[in-house]
Amino acid sequence: MSLKQVLVRQATLPDGTRTDILIERGHIVEQGIVSSRSGATTIDADGLLALPGLVDLHTHLREPGSENSETVLTGTRAAAAGGFTAVFAMANTSPVADTAAVVEQVMALGERAGYATVRPIGSVSVDLAGERLSAIGAMASSRARVRVFSDDGHCVWDPLLMRRALEYVKTFNGVIAQHAQEPRLTVGAQMNEGALSSELGLTGWPSVAEAAIIERDVLLAQHVESRLHICHVSSADSVDIVRWAKKRGIAVTAEVTPHHLLLTEDLASDYDSRFKVNPPLRTRDDVEALRGALADGTIDIVATDHAPHPVEAKECEWAAAAFGMLGLESALSVVQTAVVANGFLSWSDVARVMSREPAKIGRLSGYEDPFVIGARANITLYDPTVERVFDASSLASKSTNSPYLGRQLLGRVMTTIHDGYLTVHDGELVSADEVARSASTVKEDERA
Amino acid sequence: MRNMLSTSDLSRSSAMGILDIAEDMADISTREVKKLPTLRGQTVANLFFEDSTRTRISFEAAAKRLSADVITFSTRGSSVSKGEGLKDTAQTLAEMGADAVVIRHGASGAPHILASSGWIDAAVINAGDGTHEHPTQALLDAFTIRRRLHGRASRGKALDGVSVLIVGDIVHSRVARSNVWLLTTLGANVCLVAPPSLVPVDLSRWPVTVEFDLDHAIAECAPDVIMMLRIQVERMDAAYFPSAREYSTSWGLNDERFARLPPDSIVMHPGPLNRGLEISSLAADSVRSAVREQVANGVSVRMAVLYGVLTGERKGDA
Repeated sequence: MSLKQVLVRQATLPDGTRTDILIERGHIVEQGIVSSRSGATTIDADGLLALPGLVDLHTHLREPGSENSETVLTGTRAAAAGGFTAVFAMANTSPVADTAAVVEQVMALGERAGYATVRPIGSVSVDLAGERLSAIGAMASSRARVRVFSDDGHCVWDPLLMRRALEYVKTFNGVIAQHAQEPRLTVGAQMNEGALSSELGLTGWPSVAEAAIIERDVLLAQHVESRLHICHVSSADSVDIVRWAKKRGIAVTAEVTPHHLLLTEDLASDYDSRFKVNPPLRTRDDVEALRGALADGTIDIVATDHAPHPVEAKECEWAAAAFGMLGLESALSVVQTAVVANGFLSWSDVARVMSREPAKIGRLSGYEDPFVIGARANITLYDPTVERVFDASSLASKSTNSPYLGRQLLGRVMTTIHDGYLTVHDGELVSADEVARSASTVKEDERA
Repeated sequence: MRNMLSTSDLSRSSAMGILDIAEDMADISTREVKKLPTLRGQTVANLFFEDSTRTRISFEAAAKRLSADVITFSTRGSSVSKGEGLKDTAQTLAEMGADAVVIRHGASGAPHILASSGWIDAAVINAGDGTHEHPTQALLDAFTIRRRLHGRASRGKALDGVSVLIVGDIVHSRVARSNVWLLTTLGANVCLVAPPSLVPVDLSRWPVTVEFDLDHAIAECAPDVIMMLRIQVERMDAAYFPSAREYSTSWGLNDERFARLPPDSIVMHPGPLNRGLEISSLAADSVRSAVREQVANGVSVRMAVLYGVLTGERKGDA
């Protein structure tokens, strides 16, 4: 048995050309004007934008350990709903992804669910404790072939441990993804430090605490000639340092989240903990600097930092609430609203910062040249013309802590094609059974 | 007035209204029968997640003088610990029929959440939240200043042109924040005095001046009021200042500084006092000290606030 053919009619590619796309056995086999195929699933994409399948370098899937917030299945359903075909799963699970066993388990769960490729991220230190290196080599050579290592949620604060980690991953061309947060400068930190935190009486999280670590780490990366990736850059100061480092030729890449491109600290004024996130929402000036940096390539990619939390973790006073917000389902709409609608990014840029570059940083193959004959069929069909109120029906995550509920956003993901089969069809998620069946068929095909 | 969460959104006229009602309440306290039937049948719940015997009994006395029933929930220990859920506790008290909840909480914004979440219908009064605000303290301070300046002719008077120094740990002080908004709304000129490490990082939106040198501030401002804040010695361990002695020498109201104050200036302190640290006994016990009046006036002002949130107007707002 093999997968049904998929025929996409009249899609518009990021560069503006219109084409049909015929997909067979997981790959693009024909483009241009394609004659009808009986038995194929035909999708009318007239007026829709075809983007390469989106890749998220920063997703919290929460499994194992916090299945009350999210599982690999529900998290990848959220990914598919947002147009993603691959996610890198952060290591701060319980147990922590610091051994080959954990990363292989997470990857296998992803393969079984089938909604998106799941590439586990390994932790830098054992149990995220910042003391000893985790089983980095074992994770790299495991079936999960881990290439990205991060203690995200915690900063790798010890400069010597950071240096050793940067050195060690050179063995297999890996990368250290740093959560840049000087811990002493952020003791008890609750929100951006500034005029508003002073008024609200919330302990400040100064942007210098981010910039200081980035500055140290780009110099370490230069010194040991290794690859460094900066997670969720949030401030204008940090942008300046990354720009300086790139000018010097240091191998640093950086990400920005959709929420840091759109939202500002003012949302904390009512102590509504949906807007509590780490690093915190900052000022209008920071948002402008981040948009500019994404447009000029200083910031390489957009990554969601999708962070599901159960209701009780947010339904409380600000200081007691968990940091983090959902991001997968809304990411593309937020990017369109924040940086496409106002001309900072073209759709080709979006394809670069949300698919090609994150795949490249994570050493995930198949995303180099998405719309050529023979390419792996990971495609997102997106309607950029609609404007809608983002509501709970837009969410597929197990959690509901989205900061966008009730907010007007542009665009909507209509269809997601992962490895040649549909995970989202006409704006609706394809059933878990059908997706799992398609995923196992792809695997059989590959073995045959 | 539905709730009393902050002084930052109090208009001049509503602030004056509360102070004038507090004058009426103060008159009652001088009668033989210190009690009004105004809130009979209403229930005030004191919800104290942080120890504060003074504020709690002040609210209790205020509610009882207005004939309200009072129920009190106090919990010791860490302010933001699991298992003492704000929502569950508030709803429990609401189910017991609380018409107003007086909340003291270690987390900034907790009263705000209680008022805006829809968990309860009761009016919410902020009795101090984290390092955010303590509006009834500021109201009683304004009331005390007004009475000192105008005596029995205080009704209808604001604080225009009154010069106020607030000295001490501004960054952690909810008393300072509430006073800054309220006193300036009433027309006072407020100057904050503290070591730079105890001043919030960005005060560009605060209608105040900031001084680091207390002696200079006293000489420059010739203050009508000097309000000393309680300094917590724990701050020293977090490197906000080198030692209690050094703090006391530079920012304490010692005998020598006290002597240099203008002769009719008013010395205030929200209590409890660290005698010999931020204030000397000579200053605290002098005739210029209003510390004990502050306590007495606290009851009158809290009666006025309870009256405000629990009578007529509220139902129209809901």
